[in-house]
Parts: sequence; structure tokens; C-alpha cells
Amino acid sequence: MRRPSLVPAHRPGRTLLHRLPAGWALLVLAVAAVLVVGVRSSGPPGALALLVGGACLVAALAGHAWARTPPGVVVGTVRRLALPLVVLAGYQLLTSGPVRGAEVVLDLGGLVLLAGLVTVTTPTDRLLDTVARAVAPLRLVPGLRGHLHPDRVALTLTLALRSVDVLWDVAAQARDAARARGRGRDVRALVTPTVVRAVAHARATGDALAARGLVD
Amino acid sequence: MTPSPAPASHDDASDGLGTGAGAGRDVALVAVFAALVVVLALVPAVPVGAAGVPISLQTLGVMLAALVLGPWRGLAAVAVYVALGAAGLPVFAQGAAGLGVLAGPTAGYIFGWLPGSVVTGVVALLAVRRTRGRLPLLILAGALGGVVVTYLGGWLGLVLLAGLSPVEAVVAGVLPYLPGDGVKVVLAAFVAASVHRAFPDILVRRAAPAEPATAR
Repeated sequence: MRRPSLVPAHRPGRTLLHRLPAGWALLVLAVAAVLVVGVRSSGPPGALALLVGGACLVAALAGHAWARTPPGVVVGTVRRLALPLVVLAGYQLLTSGPVRGAEVVLDLGGLVLLAGLVTVTTPTDRLLDTVARAVAPLRLVPGLRGHLHPDRVALTLTLALRSVDVLWDVAAQARDAARARGRGRDVRALVTPTVVRAVAHARATGDALAARGLVD
Repeated sequence: MTPSPAPASHDDASDGLGTGAGAGRDVALVAVFAALVVVLALVPAVPVGAAGVPISLQTLGVMLAALVLGPWRGLAAVAVYVALGAAGLPVFAQGAAGLGVLAGPTAGYIFGWLPGSVVTGVVALLAVRRTRGRLPLLILAGALGGVVVTYLGGWLGLVLLAGLSPVEAVVAGVLPYLPGDGVKVVLAAFVAASVHRAFPDILVRRAAPAEPATAR
């Protein structure tokens, strides 16, 4: 099995878009999503929805040009989306007319490319930091006290990333062992030993964290 | 640092999030299961059965997290996985990454995993407390959370994002995937049953013996 290389999708740059705080970028994206979906869902096919979806798509493409996103990244996003979009647009064209078909293509294309713009221009660790801080207020919920401290959330995120390599080796060994027993196509023979060893690994790791006083 | 009010025993691994060694283990279990979902999402799809239809193991990983860890740690593990992918690490199926995946036509399934994990975990907790009839209950857990609730999210996403009518969304987004996910639910339940046999205290706290337990 080819080992996954977890290279982040972020592409460094120096434009204003790259310097925009992650929280603001996410807020803009959320507002765009609500606006695009809200306008389309609120009525029959029409010019306003086309305009909003089209504006989102144009803004996303302009943003990618501004941020100098490598063309391959944008092409990759479009290609990933192409087949579902063509099927969807064709279906909407036949059942609801060309306006609805165009709306769906503009909306989905615009939102996915805009979301991709946030991903490309914001460093992955800063997005993860934002996640850790965003969930922090939930720790005021009784029963969650202490568990959602930003430091603990950040530790969990880091530990998860660092565990991928270990578990990949565990899964590869389980697969080889299953093949050796002639059970290469038996998913249970692959997954059960992988999960059992994952739990054992987690327990050892957890005890090590506690022993070092990293979690309390 | 404040002294923890409850004395944390070393084998404290109930679904209640613990303190001390229990908290270290909880953090590690959440992180390692998030990594397990990453690995299962990225291993090449396994051909299953006589027809050899390849099935992706991503949803198997999501169901397993909740079946093994219970509602809250299971939810946390799935949330960590989604956060890593959203932040731009290529951990979604086929190495997809970024917020674009959360804005695409199939985003509803990913959001559906979160409440789905809680439902799966609650039923799994009930299942593991029993000694008989565990497997059917674990299957029910996976079916309710991994299929009913998750598909509800996916269906809602197709209606809102892809502009399909409710009935069209069922035909396009639910029916084609039921057979494959049915297989995965049963598979996940078998694997989870094995893991709970190997680690009887991972989800429910065993009654603390009055005397130190003697080796059996």
C-alpha cells in the first residue's frame, strides 16, 4: 500500500487573502454559503439566484487568480466536481428547465471553489488553531468541563496526525497477515487486528501522556 | 492545576470522560480513532464478495469509532477527522481535502456523521452492557446512526445544495448506497464485538471489585 503523504492543501503566499485571519475567511465563506443556498431555496428559478451564484463563482475565480493559486489545484477541484455537476445539471435541465440547471452549476461550483480558496490561502495549522479556539466555549457546558480546553483540543489534533503513520503500518501488516492466510479479500481479517492494535497503541500513548502530565 | 475531585483509577475508561490516566487515555483513544478513520479512508478499496465490488472503508471507520468508543469519544474522534480534512489535509476518501468537500453536493453525509456517531454510540453503550444479544444490538447501532441519521444528513444536503426534490434525493442519494452500507454495518458490528471482547473495559466501567482482582 502506498503510504499517504499528508501534504496540506495550503499554498503559501503574501497577498491580502493569505493574510486574512482564518476566522474572517471562514465567516465570509459561511455567509456566502447561506446566501447562495438561501436565495435559491427561497423561490422558483430566477435571475436573482443566477446573479448570486454567478457572483460567488466569479469572486472565487478572481480570488484564486489574485492568490496565484497554481492552475493545477483549480483544475483538480473542477475535475473532481465535473462529473456530479454534469449529471446534476443535465437532470435539472430536463426536469426543471435550463435556469435551474444553470443555478445549480453556478452555486455548487462557486461555493466549492470559494471554499477551496480559503483552504489554499490559510495555513492548515492556523485553521486547526481556529477550530481549537472555536470549540472552547463549549467547555462551559456542564459535563464537558476541562475537556474542550484549546490546549487539549490542539493536543488531540496533533496526536491524531502523528498516529496516522503508526496505524498505516499496523493496517499494512494486518493486510499482509490476512493475505498470507489466504484471506486477502476478507475485510474482517484486515480491520479487526488493525482496530485491536490501535486500541492497545492508544492505551499506551494515553498512559504516557498522563505520566508526563500532558493531560490533566 | 487543581486536584481532581474524583480519584481517577488507572482502569477508568468509562464513556464518562475521565481525569488523570483516564483523561490521557481518552485523548489518545479519540486521536488514534480519528487516525484510524484516516487510514481506512485512504487504504485502497477492498473488493468484497464473489462479485468483488470494491467498497470504501471510510464509513466503516466512522461507525467503528462510535461502536468502540461510545457516543462522546466517538463523536470527538469523527469531529477531529472532519476538522483535519476541512483544514486542508488530504484525509477524505481518495485523498480529497479542504473546505470544498464540506461545500460539495455530498457534504450532507459528512455533517450527518456527527449526530450519527452519537446515536450509534448510545445504542452501542446499551449493547455492550449486555452479555447476550450484543451483536444484533451493535448492528442496530450502526444501522440507526451510520445509515438512518447519516443518510438524513446526506439527503438534506442533496435537497439544499444540489437542488433536488425530496423524492429525487432519495432515489439519487439513499437507495444506491443502501446495499453497500448494509454490508458495512454488519461488518462494523462484528469487528466492534471482537474489540469489546479484547478490551471489556473500553466502553463500560466494570464494577470495581472490593478486593484487588485476582488473576483468573
